[in-house]
Amino acid sequence: MYLGVAAFFFDSIERIRYAAALAIAFAGLLALVVLALLVGRYPLSLSDLPMLKTVVLEIRGPRVLAAALVGASLAAAGTVYQGILRNPLVSPDILGVSSGAALGAVVAMLLSMNFFMVQILAFAGGLAAVALVYWIGSRLRGHDPLLALVLTGVVVGTLLGAVVSLLKTLADPLGQLPAITFWLLGSLASVSPRELAIAAPLAIAGLIPLALLRWRVNLLTLPDDEARALGADPGRLRLLVIAAATLMTAAAVAISGIIGWIGLLVPHAARLLVGPGFGRLLPLAMLLGAAFLLAVDTLCRAATAVELPPGVVTALIGTPLFLWLFALSRRSW
Amino acid sequence: MLAVDSLAFGYPRHTVGRDVSFTLGAGEVMCVLGPNGSGKTTLLRTLLGLLPLHEGKILFNGKDFSSFPRREIARFAGYVPQAHQPYFAYSVRDMVLMGRSAHLGTFSTPAAHDREVAARVLESLGISPLADRPVTEISAGERQLALVARALAQEPRLLVMDEPTASLDFGNQVRVLERIAALAAGGISILFSTHDPDHAFLAAQRALLLAEGRVLALGTPREVIRADTLERLYHVAVQVVPLEGGGHTCLPALK
Repeated sequence: MYLGVAAFFFDSIERIRYAAALAIAFAGLLALVVLALLVGRYPLSLSDLPMLKTVVLEIRGPRVLAAALVGASLAAAGTVYQGILRNPLVSPDILGVSSGAALGAVVAMLLSMNFFMVQILAFAGGLAAVALVYWIGSRLRGHDPLLALVLTGVVVGTLLGAVVSLLKTLADPLGQLPAITFWLLGSLASVSPRELAIAAPLAIAGLIPLALLRWRVNLLTLPDDEARALGADPGRLRLLVIAAATLMTAAAVAISGIIGWIGLLVPHAARLLVGPGFGRLLPLAMLLGAAFLLAVDTLCRAATAVELPPGVVTALIGTPLFLWLFALSRRSW
Repeated sequence: MLAVDSLAFGYPRHTVGRDVSFTLGAGEVMCVLGPNGSGKTTLLRTLLGLLPLHEGKILFNGKDFSSFPRREIARFAGYVPQAHQPYFAYSVRDMVLMGRSAHLGTFSTPAAHDREVAARVLESLGISPLADRPVTEISAGERQLALVARALAQEPRLLVMDEPTASLDFGNQVRVLERIAALAAGGISILFSTHDPDHAFLAAQRALLLAEGRVLALGTPREVIRADTLERLYHVAVQVVPLEGGGHTCLPALK
C-alpha cells in the first residue's frame, strides 16, 4: 500500500517536472520569437503598419521560422545519435551528414549554380554521405557494429573534408571562395519562404517515425544482444532511426549551412532536465534547440553592425556551456 | 519444456561446441559449469537465438525454435546478461519496462498493464524501493537484480542467466541464488552459468559440465560434481566435502 502510494507520488512528481520543463521551454521560445520579430536593424513603429507587416512577415518571419526549424532539427538528430550510438560525445555530424552537405554545396558553388541548387546539392550530399557511411560500416564484419559505424563516419567525414579543402583551392578567390567560406560557417540570412516550404516538410517527414518509435528507440541504448533478447530488431530499427534523423539534419543543413554545437549541447541539457527517456527527451530537446538557435541568430543580426555567422557564435557560447553541463552531469547522462 | 538435441553452436564461421543435448522441465534449475572459454556464454546465447544453430535442434514446448520470430522467443525466454555499467541514467522502473517490448506493438508505449507487471516484478524481487533510482547509481548487486526484473517483465517460461553471481559480493551472491530458487518454485525454468560449483549444489537440480564445447557430464549436482570431474574440468585438485545436515561443498587443495 505504502509502496503504491510512493510510486504514484514519485511518478507524478516526475510528470510535473516534465510538464514544467516543457512549459518553460515553450514560453521561452515564444518570448524569443516575439523579441526576434521586434528587434533588428530597421526600427519598427506602430504608426507605419504596412511597413511593419512587410518587415515582420516577409523579412524577419521566415528567418525566425528557419532558426526554429534548424535548431529543433539539429537538436532532435543529436538526441537520436547520442542515444543510439551510446556515446554522449557525438553530434549529428558524426555519420558524415555535414561533410557530405558541405561537399555538395561547394560543388554547386564551383559550378556557379544558383542558390537553390546549392541547397539541393547540399541536401543530397548529406544524405549520400550517411548512406555511404552506413553501407561501409555495416560491411565491416567482426567488429562492434556501432564502433564500425562511428569509425567509418569519422574516416569518411575526414575524406570529404579533404575534398572540400581541395576544391576550395580551385575556387575563384574573389567571388566563390568567400561564398564557400560563409556557407561553411552557416547563415540564416538568406532563407526564403520558398526554401522553408521545402525544408519544413522534409524535416517533419523525418520527425514522424521518431515520434512514432519514441518508446522503442530506448531499446537501442542497450547492447544489441540485450535488445534482441527483448524481442527487438536493433539493426533494422537503427537503420530506420538513422535515416529519419539524417533526413532532419540534411534538411536543416541545406538551408542553414553548417551550424555546429547545437546537436551536441542541447541533448545534454535536455537529458539533464528530464532524464534519458526518448519520449520526453525529444520534444524538450527540440524546443530548447529552437530557442537556442533563435537566440543566437537574433544576437548575430542585432548585436553588431556586421552580421556574425551563427555557427561561430554557437561554438563561442556552446563550448563553455558544454563544459559546465558536463561538470553538472558527472557520470550519468 | 526446453529440449536441446545434438546441438552444434558457435559463431558464423567458427564452431565452438557440439553434441550438446539436454532437457529442462518446468520449474527446473540447471547450472552450466566450465572453465573460461569452454563455450558457456556461446551456448546460452545460442539458446536465446542470438547466435545461429550450426546443427541440431532446440525445442520450446515441443516446437522447433528456429521457426520462431524474435518476439516469440523473447516471450518464451528471458535473458539476464552479466551486469555492466549502463550508458544512460534510466530509472530502474524504465529499464524494467523495456522488458515489456516483446508484448508491445512497434509504435506502442507501455500501458497501465505493463506498468503493473513492472511493479509486480520489482515487488517480487524486493527491489520496489529502487524503482525511481537511476540504474547508473545503484550497486552492482542491485543492478543484477534489476536485470533479473527486466527479464521477468518479459513474463518468460525460461530464464537464461549468464554468470548472474559474477562480480557480486558474498551476500549478494547468496541473495541471487535465493531468488533463483524462489523463481523456480514459482514454475519458471532457469538455466544459469557460474564459476562456482557450490552454486550448483545450492540452487540447481541439474548440472551440465562443459569442456571445450562438449558435455563432460550431465546429471544431478550430486552425481556429476565430483573430485574427478572437477579435476578434468579445471585441472586443479578439488575435494567435494559432505556437509552436516546434507549438502556438499567444493574445496580446492593448493599445491
